Amino acid sequence: MSPALIAALPFLGALLPAIAAQAGRSAAALAAGAVTLAALAGLLAHAPAVLAGGTVTAHLDWVPSLGLAASFRLDGLSLMFAGLILGIGALIILYARFYLAEDEDVGRFLSTLLMFQGAMTGVVLTDNILMLLVFWELTSLSSFLLIGWWQDRPEGRQGARMALAVTGGGGLAMIAGMMILGQIAGTYEISDIIARGAEIKASPLYLPALVLILIGAFTKSAQFPFHFWLPHAMAAPTPVSAYLHSATMVKAGLYLMARLWPALAGTPEWTAIVATAGLVTMLVGAKIAFFKDDLKALLAFSTVSHLGLITFLLGLGTKAAATAAMLHILAHASFKAALFMVAGIVDHAAHTRDIRRLGGLARAMPVTFALAAVAALSMAGIPPLNGFLSKEAMLTEAAASGLLVAALATIGAMFSVAYSLRFLAHTFLGKPRKALAHPPHDPGPGLWAAPAVLVGIVIASGLLPMATFGPFVDAAAGAVTGGPVHAHLALWHGLEPPALWLSLAAVGGGLMVLGGWPRLRALWDAAPRPEAKAMFDATLSGLVSLARMVTDALHGGGLPRALAITTAALLAGGAWAFLTGSHSPGTRAMLPLEAAPMVVWAVLMAATLAVAALHRNRLLALLLTGIVGLLLAAAFAWASAPDLALTQIAVEVVAILLMLLALNFLPRQTPVESSRLRRARDLGLAALAGLGTGALAFALMTREAAFAPISAFHWAQSKPGAGGTNAVNTIIVDFRGYDTYGEIIVLGIAALVIFALAETLLASRRATARLAALDTGGNAGDPHPVMTAIGLRFLLPMALMVGVYLFLRGHNLPGGGFVAGLVFAIALLLQYLASGYVWSSRRRRFDSHALIGAGVLVATATGAGAWVFGLPFLTSGYTYVKLPGIEKFELATAALFDLGVFFCVLGAVLLAIATLSRLAQHTPDRERRGG
Amino acid sequence: MTGDWIIAPVVLPAALAGLALLFARRNLGLARGISLAGTGALLALAIWAVATTGDPQVYRLGNWPAPFGIVLVLDGLSALMLLLTAGLALTVLVQAVTTGRDRKGPHFHALWLFQVMGLNGAFLTGDAFNLFVFFEVLLIASYGLMVHGGGAGRYRAGIAYIAVNLVGSTLFLFALATVYAVMGTLNMADLAVKLAELPPGDQALMRLAAVLLLMVFAVKGALVPLQVWLPGTYANAPGVVAALFAVMTKVGAYAAIRFGTLVFPPGNAATGNILSDLILPAAVLTMAVGGLGVLASRGVARVAGYAAIASMGTAFVAIAGFTAPGLGAALYYIAHSTFAGALLFLVSDLVTARKRGARLPGGLAALFLVAAVAVAGLPPLSGFVGKLFVMQATADHAALIWSAVLGTSFLLVLGLSRCGSRLFWKADDAPAPRLSAGELVGPLWLTATLVGMTVWAAPIRAHLDGIVAGLLNPAAIIAANTLGAVP
Repeated sequence: MSPALIAALPFLGALLPAIAAQAGRSAAALAAGAVTLAALAGLLAHAPAVLAGGTVTAHLDWVPSLGLAASFRLDGLSLMFAGLILGIGALIILYARFYLAEDEDVGRFLSTLLMFQGAMTGVVLTDNILMLLVFWELTSLSSFLLIGWWQDRPEGRQGARMALAVTGGGGLAMIAGMMILGQIAGTYEISDIIARGAEIKASPLYLPALVLILIGAFTKSAQFPFHFWLPHAMAAPTPVSAYLHSATMVKAGLYLMARLWPALAGTPEWTAIVATAGLVTMLVGAKIAFFKDDLKALLAFSTVSHLGLITFLLGLGTKAAATAAMLHILAHASFKAALFMVAGIVDHAAHTRDIRRLGGLARAMPVTFALAAVAALSMAGIPPLNGFLSKEAMLTEAAASGLLVAALATIGAMFSVAYSLRFLAHTFLGKPRKALAHPPHDPGPGLWAAPAVLVGIVIASGLLPMATFGPFVDAAAGAVTGGPVHAHLALWHGLEPPALWLSLAAVGGGLMVLGGWPRLRALWDAAPRPEAKAMFDATLSGLVSLARMVTDALHGGGLPRALAITTAALLAGGAWAFLTGSHSPGTRAMLPLEAAPMVVWAVLMAATLAVAALHRNRLLALLLTGIVGLLLAAAFAWASAPDLALTQIAVEVVAILLMLLALNFLPRQTPVESSRLRRARDLGLAALAGLGTGALAFALMTREAAFAPISAFHWAQSKPGAGGTNAVNTIIVDFRGYDTYGEIIVLGIAALVIFALAETLLASRRATARLAALDTGGNAGDPHPVMTAIGLRFLLPMALMVGVYLFLRGHNLPGGGFVAGLVFAIALLLQYLASGYVWSSRRRRFDSHALIGAGVLVATATGAGAWVFGLPFLTSGYTYVKLPGIEKFELATAALFDLGVFFCVLGAVLLAIATLSRLAQHTPDRERRGG
Repeated sequence: MTGDWIIAPVVLPAALAGLALLFARRNLGLARGISLAGTGALLALAIWAVATTGDPQVYRLGNWPAPFGIVLVLDGLSALMLLLTAGLALTVLVQAVTTGRDRKGPHFHALWLFQVMGLNGAFLTGDAFNLFVFFEVLLIASYGLMVHGGGAGRYRAGIAYIAVNLVGSTLFLFALATVYAVMGTLNMADLAVKLAELPPGDQALMRLAAVLLLMVFAVKGALVPLQVWLPGTYANAPGVVAALFAVMTKVGAYAAIRFGTLVFPPGNAATGNILSDLILPAAVLTMAVGGLGVLASRGVARVAGYAAIASMGTAFVAIAGFTAPGLGAALYYIAHSTFAGALLFLVSDLVTARKRGARLPGGLAALFLVAAVAVAGLPPLSGFVGKLFVMQATADHAALIWSAVLGTSFLLVLGLSRCGSRLFWKADDAPAPRLSAGELVGPLWLTATLVGMTVWAAPIRAHLDGIVAGLLNPAAIIAANTLGAVP
């Protein structure tokens, strides 16, 4: 089986348990087990070749430009790890089948477990560091889901989040480390990277890469100071703790250090960081484990300690130490997984994991006790079990590293003996406790079969190490160190090696420590000690508070703050850009100052300032805005822009009328909501922005363009090219008709939005109730005086005629569809004012929505008509027609386009009025308005 | 003349919206048919455009020569953006129909079509002023969609949205006035040609214009400090609309890329590296603000909004240098974050449609997980590949940018795991309704898209690199404009 398939198989099979769960828990477990065993069989088929020193590879390109490839490589190290993952995985599935309660979703559990299994197998089989990152983060994610399995327990949720934060965060650091490593080595394939160890270690980027990668490895493998998450991950169901958090996932960091050993190890930096972290972790973990009362917590800290031990061995950087590390990985996986399963069995039987409430279970649970005894003694390093072998190997290496290291390692081993025996003695020996509600008893073989297999391995590999672990350790250590390794594994090496004596000292010391339990415990309880969870929580909540502060500061102030920030950014950015470039003032000659424009200008300024000063009185502000608009129109007219002036007047009238109508629904005064300080700030910002804009306008109006402007072409081509003498109109409907096309649609959409807003508003009862309670102000006596009504009705046809006239002459003289639409709209709007909404609406025979739609369609169809002649969209054509009785006149497609503009404008304004009148129907004095 | 189909992505939705207004105002079935058929046709058209577009093609509106009339320019980048828009619009539109979200207010489908028209118009135009026009179209349509369905919170957020964006529009006009007053032209290719010959005395004004334009694009693209409008808008918009908005922020990124490669290429004599100098620090801050916002927020919609800000920061960080690897990475990341962000908003919509506090279905939790993994840029989805692309392209500034990219991912992981565990890991008694088939359409399709983007990352990136090569060779676009040719 290809190594790629071995890694993929658990993913491919991940859905099977969920499906099989329909047929029961056993079916789900069988499905998961079958998948795992199939992958294991595929792996073991390669074992003979790999143990003989061969490798199996598979390669599939994924993103070559990144160096990311789905490449896999099975060598001795991968074989050992993958065998662990899949072998223990099969046992865990068996155990989980009987461990999980009837009402739990075993299918989903096993599916998630398989996903983890696939990710973990991928980590150890891939030959590409980026691919490794993919699998690496997947183990963090699946671990997150599994730790939080019991979703109703807050410790599960918190433990899951903490684990994800620490290991996922470490993984992110590792991404950077791996990218740097890949750039140093010029390749992302592990087999190539480890061949370039010398170059890598010589690179100036070696240290950053090393530190970042080690952050990933240390977080995953719970090395000090990142060890604190592991005990909290014990909120997971026990099969998860046994599998992820003792046997496999937490060893991913160790795997990585072993994998990259040839590329990274052997430097003083490596030894200083890795060996020190390992030794500290070993001591800290062992000490804390001894004082833990929860069986799983004890095992968790013991795992931390043992992981530290292995890290320490890898950190030493010698061949022998690396070999010892491999041996202990195997030994630890076997006895620790068994111990977790035992803890789960005790938990099930006694309904507690608290050692203080347990004791004397040996008699009631003999099978469990036997399993626990073997595994715990192995953990303590008692011969003839496999824990003894690896501990001796470790002590040998420690002894070779100097007195201090040897002493510290022995102290660690001593605590290890102490907590192992405490686990055993305080749980199973002594007097039975009466406090337990249910009399405990051994479980069925379903639960103890899996630990029994592991315990069998513990014994067998202790007695016959060379026949069992030997070849795997040799092959793995060979792969790590890059040369053939022949470890001599034996229980007895004679009396000379210091390890034997250190071992004896550790056992003796451990017994003494356990003997001093009550007193030591009292000391421990009295001593202050840092609470990792509290510190983590405090850090995290500090981060969250900081995040809230920043977020609120930026986004918490609503529109005023948003606009203030925007304006400030505009001022800063604009000033910086302008002041850092070279500028020469404009050269245009100035016009002489004349009295009339100066007066208009002064009034304009005064009206503008008055709007700002009096804006709380809405009616007044609106009227002043109208004055500003009309004065602008006058300015346009004075500056020889009659089209602009005409449009400006029409727009101004329509806008003011509509807003006057809308004011009916608003309070008369805007309340003061902001502080004096904030108003001062806003005043400053607004003043600066206004002055800046004025300065910019001045700079632009006083200069000639650096290049001949395109408007020269428009002037020249207006009549010959576009068939009209009004260049403004030909620009609007022809040269830049496409802009107009967009803008009439904007207008149409705006009206639709107004309508939709009112429609949804009126669907809410609260809104209609507020409308009904609206104070529509004083009584005007007769809201629709007959004189006004009749007068304006007379005016209507004349106004419409003006509109038609403006429309028709638009191509050559000021006017056009836009202005005509507005004039029509004003004429109709006046009827609404004069005769009321109801009267006017009843006499309106067309749908404004349809008018907008028709406008868009007419404009589109006109534009598309050019296609018939093989010309691009909006290409215009015109011709002159002579009918009898009237003068020759021009027919232009542009006029048709202008008709679309006209419809859109008219429809939009009418729809806005119709909407306002719909709202008015709900106000208290609708009777009079209906008049 | 051939090539009339180039304008179809603008004219077709406009005409269909007109038809919907005329004939389908009171007939939701017909309106749905029109908008579905239209968006589907746009998708087909976009696929065709992406598949066939090689050299830039220019379409002269009204048959006027450039730079005097308006031109459309279809190049690889515009085709890509058309595809993103149509692909996302169709997916989300189907979701809106199958979940009935389009019933909540009038004119949903006409506004939808106008929105797509505005987006397409912005991506196709080769004229700076015309870009403003289409910014207006997409702004006003998006405002209509944003307040679709009503509600006090939505109206209030809508005012902030439209107000800030109208300020942006005003800035756009200031910028265009400056550009026209100094350069005498509005055609982008013509601007590119003339900027190289700009007299020194005009440089300060053009630098100002460049910064004003950048600020306009920054408002659209949620670049700090102009992101202020986004969280409230996205959190209050209907979920399906927020999902469509995932492509709206990309308009800002698109315009920045277009102007930064064509009009103001880095190192040009007139404005120098002014865009890069501003974009890089702003983008790093944007990532930080987005990441912190995700951590600070409680509701899933708000989390999704800040995640969108963070993703824009990542995209702009890749854009900032206007280099080939950076732009290639940016385009991939833009595509990824469009679909990933939309997925998160659809999930958020499905969550908010259920009673607050009820036990949410497991399928929804799974969808959230997928969306969160994609948005945070974790393996195995395209966010991870995109992040690697971005990191690879920014190796020169690794210390700053990598820390920012990975730090942001960390904040996203923290925030999303908090949000997700709070939402889905609570034992409440009353279970919320399960996911219906109609609710699953959009999310599953977006998930499939993300998976496809991951699996085929290499060929996609190769295509994007081709697009970037075209962008970095503005001479091709300039040549296609045949500037100044007499009619």
